[in-house]
Amino acid sequence: MSRETLIDLLYLFSATTFLVALKGLGSPKHARRGNLVAAFGMLVAIVATFFKYVDGHSLHHVGLILLAMFIGAIIAVPTARFVEMTAMPQLVAIFNGVGGGAASLVSITEFVHIKSSHPATYVTLEVLLGVLIGTVSFAGSAIAFAKLQELMTGRPITYPGQQIINAVVGLIAVALIITILVSGSTPLLWTLLALSFVLGVAFVLPIGGADVPVLISLLNSFTGLAVAASGFTLGSNLLIIAGTLVGASGILLTRLMSKAMGRSLSNVLFSAFGSVITATGADGGEARSVRSGTPEDIGVLLSFASKVVLIPGYGLAVSQAQQVLRELAELLEAKDVQVFYAIHPVAGRMPGHMNVLLAEANVPYEDLIEMDEANSELQTADVAMVVGANDTVNPAAANDPSSPIYGMPIIHADLAENVVFLKRSMRPGFAGIDNELLYNPKTILVFGDAKDTLTKLVAVVKAS
Amino acid sequence: MNVLLQYATVLILTAFVGTEIIAKVPSILHTPLMSGSNAIHGVILVGAMLVLGSAATNLEEVLGFLAVILATLNVVGGFVVTDRMLEMFKPRQPKAPTTKSDGDTP
Repeated sequence: MSRETLIDLLYLFSATTFLVALKGLGSPKHARRGNLVAAFGMLVAIVATFFKYVDGHSLHHVGLILLAMFIGAIIAVPTARFVEMTAMPQLVAIFNGVGGGAASLVSITEFVHIKSSHPATYVTLEVLLGVLIGTVSFAGSAIAFAKLQELMTGRPITYPGQQIINAVVGLIAVALIITILVSGSTPLLWTLLALSFVLGVAFVLPIGGADVPVLISLLNSFTGLAVAASGFTLGSNLLIIAGTLVGASGILLTRLMSKAMGRSLSNVLFSAFGSVITATGADGGEARSVRSGTPEDIGVLLSFASKVVLIPGYGLAVSQAQQVLRELAELLEAKDVQVFYAIHPVAGRMPGHMNVLLAEANVPYEDLIEMDEANSELQTADVAMVVGANDTVNPAAANDPSSPIYGMPIIHADLAENVVFLKRSMRPGFAGIDNELLYNPKTILVFGDAKDTLTKLVAVVKAS
Repeated sequence: MNVLLQYATVLILTAFVGTEIIAKVPSILHTPLMSGSNAIHGVILVGAMLVLGSAATNLEEVLGFLAVILATLNVVGGFVVTDRMLEMFKPRQPKAPTTKSDGDTP
């Protein structure tokens, strides 16, 4: 067997492990093993690459490659190990951005390398697409990171004629690609690079608030496609397979997320959602009566219930109260109260984020139920307790066609006998919209920090 | 052009197989799915190694070097953080205190 065939076989093995990893994610039981298998497959591919011949010689600059890997690894490992789980969306945004940047750089370097040999037009096209998509992903992820990390406002940033300007920038990029295809000019490649950067920033600026997570899935998919484009250029099936898998996964998640918000993808990307609502939310504060209760009342209510559905939102994680919530749930279970955690698909700051935050607090995954199941459980529940969630239980999404979140599937907390709402203040949520549920006669509000309130509840339930 | 056709075949088949597999991932694991697939596109490291390994000019060396750093960040960070997340997903511990297993069954 020739050296090249052996290496290609190892690449095939590696591509297979990626599929195994994704298949493993079908259940929490096998997910971790799958991920480790893929990591091993990746290692095999990397080691095999060291033995590959390019341009008829073995790899040059092996020392430089190892040095660069070392630098990358010593930055990546501590970051990945110690970052807070609440900061996961930012971290995914960064790792996604650097992947896009790497794909773009690979395409550029390859273009510079093969330029003198007058490559076929389709090769140049692959390179240019790789540069365009990779750079948009890099720049877009950087802005998304800044928004999530609150280095800049998380709200949409709009200016007059924004859509038209973006469209013009996009068209210029296409025109540039065509010109480069015809002329093969390197200086124009740098212009395309700069323009792609501008396009990535301009594309992401008007997307804000609850839409950023959808954006990240989309950018994830972009990076995948950029990697696939590099795969075409370098003639690597491995890169094509891996890139396409990620592209497919990103697009699928993007669609799921948009659906979970009851909106179309184009509406998410182009409507600057949330910028207008803040204004109406701020002055729509006519005083309406709400019913408020003390932790003592609620503690008794919970202790004598037979089924309780907890509806956590990102506010829970903000006040670091997941552990206390789990403690409360365990106390209730010890009193033979059935307890579920109802997780909305967009709870948290990225798809499935809330599940991770609760798993971190040792909540067993059997207790985490998805929206549809939650809504059927709620019909027979005595208490629905909303902790740090808001928009995901807002009945306006179901019955107020004028509401901006109208059409979003929600968890129907109001189906339960009683609704308890733990809330810091009357301030509206991530999407900036007032919540009808607060004024429902079934609803009891407990004001205060979620962690304080839950700690008091634990004490009351323990005593009763 | 034959090569191009072969690559396109791989791309299209992968897109369909990938969509089928990924559609089966429950929403509880969507965050690990994102970070896990994130790690997988870190395979661009292989491409970065190849361009740096064949670099003929200083410009290519600099660009390739940067590409390897970024790609390593992507691949290492992606797998480590996904593993850390998946480790946290645990089933309910059996209530009976008699069994002292760590729940680490294969």
